Amino acid sequence: MTVIKKSTVWICYLLGLLALPQFFDSVLAISIFNQMAIAIVFALSYNMLLGQGGMLSFGHAVYFGLGGFLAVHALVMIEFEILSFSIIWIPLVGGFIGLLAALFIGTFSTHKAGTVFAMISLGIGELIAASSLIFVSFFGGEAGISGDRTFGPPFFGIEWFQNLEIYYLAVAWVFIATLFMYFFTLTPAGKMANAVRDNPERAEFIGYSARRVRYITFCAAGFFAGIAGGLFALNYEFITEENLNAATSGRVLLSAYIGGLGYFIGPIIGAVVLTLMNSLLSNYSDLWMLYLGIMFLLTVLFLPRGFAGFIMMHQMVWAHGKIKSLVLPYLITGVPSFIFVIASVGLIELSHTDEAEFYYLGLNFDSTTAIDFILISIAVLAALFCIRKSLPQLRAAWESANEISDDDEKEAQS
Amino acid sequence: MLEVFIFATLNGLVTGLLLFMLASGLTLIFSMMGVLNFAHASFYMLGAYFAYSISLHFGFWTGLIFAPIIVGVLGALVERYGLRRVHQHGHVAELVFTFGLAFLIEEAVQFFWGADTKNYQSPDLLDFPLFTLFGQEFPAYRGFMIGISITIFISLYYVLTKSRIGIIIQAALTHPHTVSNLGHNVPLIFMGVFGVGTALAGVAGVMAGPVLTTFPGMAVVLGSIVFVIVVIGGLGSLAGAFIASILIGLLQSYAIASDLGMPDLLNILGIEFSRDHPLTDLWTLTLPQIAPILPFLLLVLVLIFRPTGLMGKREQ
Repeated sequence: MTVIKKSTVWICYLLGLLALPQFFDSVLAISIFNQMAIAIVFALSYNMLLGQGGMLSFGHAVYFGLGGFLAVHALVMIEFEILSFSIIWIPLVGGFIGLLAALFIGTFSTHKAGTVFAMISLGIGELIAASSLIFVSFFGGEAGISGDRTFGPPFFGIEWFQNLEIYYLAVAWVFIATLFMYFFTLTPAGKMANAVRDNPERAEFIGYSARRVRYITFCAAGFFAGIAGGLFALNYEFITEENLNAATSGRVLLSAYIGGLGYFIGPIIGAVVLTLMNSLLSNYSDLWMLYLGIMFLLTVLFLPRGFAGFIMMHQMVWAHGKIKSLVLPYLITGVPSFIFVIASVGLIELSHTDEAEFYYLGLNFDSTTAIDFILISIAVLAALFCIRKSLPQLRAAWESANEISDDDEKEAQS
Repeated sequence: MLEVFIFATLNGLVTGLLLFMLASGLTLIFSMMGVLNFAHASFYMLGAYFAYSISLHFGFWTGLIFAPIIVGVLGALVERYGLRRVHQHGHVAELVFTFGLAFLIEEAVQFFWGADTKNYQSPDLLDFPLFTLFGQEFPAYRGFMIGISITIFISLYYVLTKSRIGIIIQAALTHPHTVSNLGHNVPLIFMGVFGVGTALAGVAGVMAGPVLTTFPGMAVVLGSIVFVIVVIGGLGSLAGAFIASILIGLLQSYAIASDLGMPDLLNILGIEFSRDHPLTDLWTLTLPQIAPILPFLLLVLVLIFRPTGLMGKREQ
């Protein structure tokens, strides 16, 4: 890609972020966008660690949480006039703390990648989450600690009373963080991180210390996780133990993986999808975590490269102009798949509901008799049967689309 | 003092043996596939819930027999249709898969059984004190737990080391290709070991359910500790897992039973701090308070200073 093409993508990204509140300006929408902004930075920093550096972490929330806690403490200090700076720099405080924590923990956790690293990260995560409940004066125990973002010198007259103002601040930080994380992938350190992920032995043979490369990546990831934590502190003005425990670490792993590891855009997709599921789906169903778990397992099983990987699979087909030949096969398999998902969700919800009358997709079901269960089950099984029957034609279409004949080769070259 | 010590030792032993029942399966599965099964404790939870449901209709003893079998079959299915499929994408994908499975099982348990604590009771038959020491009673059910665990371990040890099938399994762990060339169905052996490992976790769940309460978070509570044990003991080492299980069980039990803490230490050293010192939480720490984090502290220390664990093999 040329430089112009690339900068167009970045400008579109920034404009898109800035324009979002113009289309959706409800209070709920703004709060969702703020969550999304935080999730994007956090997931990108996780991808830096796992996708780029090959370090599977079960304790990445530690850097997010510690950054967030110190950011809230900084807010409190601004309130009591111990410190005096505009709150726009709060994410940097978080990032700095995340970096400090990573600088320390990385000295002993980055010896090895793989299982050893995963285990140390798990141990550290549990250790710090458990300690945060013990050291009440700093972490505030179960209730957490809270601050107030409206103190401190105003920034060009803005005093941060509204979430929308915070959104634009978050956009600025998200854009800067994304840009810098992208630049990191272009630096020699970023390239070496990939090399060490794929083959640490060879990287050592050409004279790089695999451990040092991992350490640098680890610290950078800690820094950006801390920035996300600082954004969290600004948005919610409080933080609790929940934000640095294993559940938060797990969620960021989920979002990065579902989006697609290894692709820069993957975690962004994952963060957006997960935040939307979290905030929209949870209004309709208290089972959304179950759906999330199922979706995650299906992704691991069938789309090991995530949503982004699925999109990228079509790059070749697109380049050869054969994408049209896939539309019909996709529809043939896609329609029953869609029905399968809808009907399965209906079945799960119907068997979970406490009410006798159950509304789903505008239809009224009766959960007290067996007849509706049987009807939906038939729909599920029929859809499953159609999917199975339609798979061979999809596979054949996919293979023929990927077959590069000589004519196509010439066409692509010219 | 002595009575506290004796009861802490007995309780530590119960916990330790319970932990080993989980850890043994986990470490066997690790040496077989090279992947730590994050969902192992979830199978333990499933064991407790299945046994609870069965015990409602057929009593505790039927649950003790059938719940582990159901869990074992489920585990074998997971290996056959899940793990084997993910295996081609590498170890990270496998680890992530088992992590997702643990997540899903917790949600599924809440879906089928609800989020509340289940009233899963130990059998009336064992509802008497086994013996009374210093006026304190030791429940027979805990004695029964010790007995069952030790019986299972001895029989498992004999099967693994003396029987023909055990020898084939041991060979398959280290030399899968050779064993396959000799005409044994290695994938089937793997599936079987995975099934038996999860069934063992199921047994642990059936027995622990009445003591440690049956609720959707029980897998998380024990899961990470079992991980710690397997790593401290040395990945893939059964003997190491045994020592580490007992060690962690006793350590936690002693820490909870003791009433020592930083104030005592400071008293001995003759140092005094004011109550409103910013680090006051640190000066008033007590051992029972830090009992939950001791295993993780130990894990981090072991990984830093002896990454192969207590009995782990030296790395190449």
